Amino acid sequence: MHSLLVEGFGVQNWTYILVGITFTLYIGIAIWARAGSTKEFYVAGGGVSPLANGMATAADWMSAASFISMAGIISFDGYDGAVYLMGWTGGYVLLALLLAPYLRKFGKFTVPDFIGDRYYSNTARLVGVICALIVSFTYVAGQMRGVGLVFSRFLEVDINTGVIIGMIIVLFYAVLGGMKGITYTQVAQYCVLIFAFMVPAIFISIQMTGNPIPQLGFGSQLADGSGTYLLDKLDGLSTDLGFSEYTEGSKSTIDVFAITLALMVGTAGLPHVIVRFFTVKKVKDARKSAGLALLLIVILYTAAPAVSVFARTNMIETVSNQPYANMPEWFKKWETTGLIVFNDKNNDGIINYVVDKNKNELKVDKDIMVLANPEIAQLPDWVIALVAAGALAAALSTAAGLLLVISASVSHDLIKKMINPKISEKGELIAARLAAVIAVCVAGYFGINPPGFVAATVALAFGLAAASFFPAIILGIFYKKMNKEGAIAGMVIGILCMLFYMTKFKFGWFGGGEKADWWFGISPEGFGTVAMIINFVLSIVIMKFTPDSPEDVQEIVENIRIPSGAGKATH
Amino acid sequence: MTNKEKAKAYWKENIRYVLILLSIWFLVSFAAGILFKDELNTIRVGGFKLGFWFAQQGSMYVFVVLIFVYVRLMNKLDKKYGYDA
Repeated sequence: MHSLLVEGFGVQNWTYILVGITFTLYIGIAIWARAGSTKEFYVAGGGVSPLANGMATAADWMSAASFISMAGIISFDGYDGAVYLMGWTGGYVLLALLLAPYLRKFGKFTVPDFIGDRYYSNTARLVGVICALIVSFTYVAGQMRGVGLVFSRFLEVDINTGVIIGMIIVLFYAVLGGMKGITYTQVAQYCVLIFAFMVPAIFISIQMTGNPIPQLGFGSQLADGSGTYLLDKLDGLSTDLGFSEYTEGSKSTIDVFAITLALMVGTAGLPHVIVRFFTVKKVKDARKSAGLALLLIVILYTAAPAVSVFARTNMIETVSNQPYANMPEWFKKWETTGLIVFNDKNNDGIINYVVDKNKNELKVDKDIMVLANPEIAQLPDWVIALVAAGALAAALSTAAGLLLVISASVSHDLIKKMINPKISEKGELIAARLAAVIAVCVAGYFGINPPGFVAATVALAFGLAAASFFPAIILGIFYKKMNKEGAIAGMVIGILCMLFYMTKFKFGWFGGGEKADWWFGISPEGFGTVAMIINFVLSIVIMKFTPDSPEDVQEIVENIRIPSGAGKATH
Repeated sequence: MTNKEKAKAYWKENIRYVLILLSIWFLVSFAAGILFKDELNTIRVGGFKLGFWFAQQGSMYVFVVLIFVYVRLMNKLDKKYGYDA
């Protein structure tokens, strides 16, 4: 696999080079695209082309979770992994058809801005700000952790040093460039991350099935001429070890349904995704860029389940029933990070990897599957380094997008709209930058000292968004009589229900509970669906008993339904 | 048509498109990929069981197509009502 020139050059040197080049590029773009006004800081001046916005949205959206964790989770969960695939893409259909065009026409800077103006109430705005902060902070901490993980494994620095390096980079371009800076760095980051994900996927697909398109490869026959289909082989390997068949999964149908819906609706309600559609010129562009964003996302998302199948098959074949002494170098390296643990219970020197907990001797962290995959498949060093650069691009781009939402919530919604409306443009810009600095520090703190619940709550951020924002925005557009009483009650009770259920079953508050105690058999990850329904029903019932929204608000709603005359985003 | 009637007619047509497209959205993901996947899994296309394929591949391709169909339909509708300026 190695050419003579790069023989012995090493993964680590390649990683330094690729990470160094990409980081220099991001910083260069940030300096070129720095923001001079609040409008540039919040919505990149409102003149981003649909393609650039699509690429930026895709990079913003695909986080460390998509790049690093998702294929790994699917490779362990098999069919059940489809909840993430459908859930994290199907939301874009809702965004394009139900939200993005109207929010763009409305022409504001943030999601709480829409909530506050549409529901003619600063209480509603404050509820919106709090929901946005809860959702964004849980999400961003996971990204900083992802940055730390990549640094510690590939550059062999301490995981905390990794987090701090990541913080400085993000701080630099988010604070300097605002939305304008992060939009153009995200365009670059999309290119890096998609290249980094697809190159090893294509290599391995050719290796295993002879088909260069991974999306087709994992449904093809093995390249060894046996005529066996890859998926049949994996089903066989899984059942031999006592796992359920790979293509069947083990979650209940109602739970799969609920989780998928919660993730879809949550996607459509995430402030850092919605705000991207405020940056384009026209309503028409908002629709188009949602389509482009999804197309660019789906390239990775359809390849991910293929990578899962390749990685799972390769891993089982490499480790199962093999002598520990024969394990390749990558196995030992990941052991030092504690993400692979081998415990030879029967002291026979052979790795027994089975479902039975008493006999199983191997623990493999789901997060390492994508990162270790190129090594398992013995790809060249530069490909392994490329994956590291891609993972960093994914984590940094999402972190920057989230930090911007946090800073805009504080400087625009809280300070400008509620505390000190007389603040000057310059003052607001300074406040926005200060808020971004503080947010980076808080995120970094959680990255270095992850409270046990951070990892668990990243998936739950979607439930929180589904339970709070989605119904309020949908009703705000499609039901013009919806009033502030209904919307505020719906958001507050919706997010409280979700918080109650997740703290009860995830951290054991309110008496805790086991899987058997789940309501309707729905997991905390899927409970966002239930909380969203509660929000919808409650909003409508309360609305029936309180005065309709005022005439002028109803006129605004009629106006946002018509695409023409979308002015630029304003205060 | 007054402006108000025009806006109403436009909105009605838009809602019709949205409902049709969202039904397809539901069919390929929740119906084919989740509720009826066991039945569909008895059908095989190459190495894929069909229900599994919809859940991990097919639904996502359809999602992309749906958005672009909506973009086209709405661009035409905007023109028809003169809202494309």
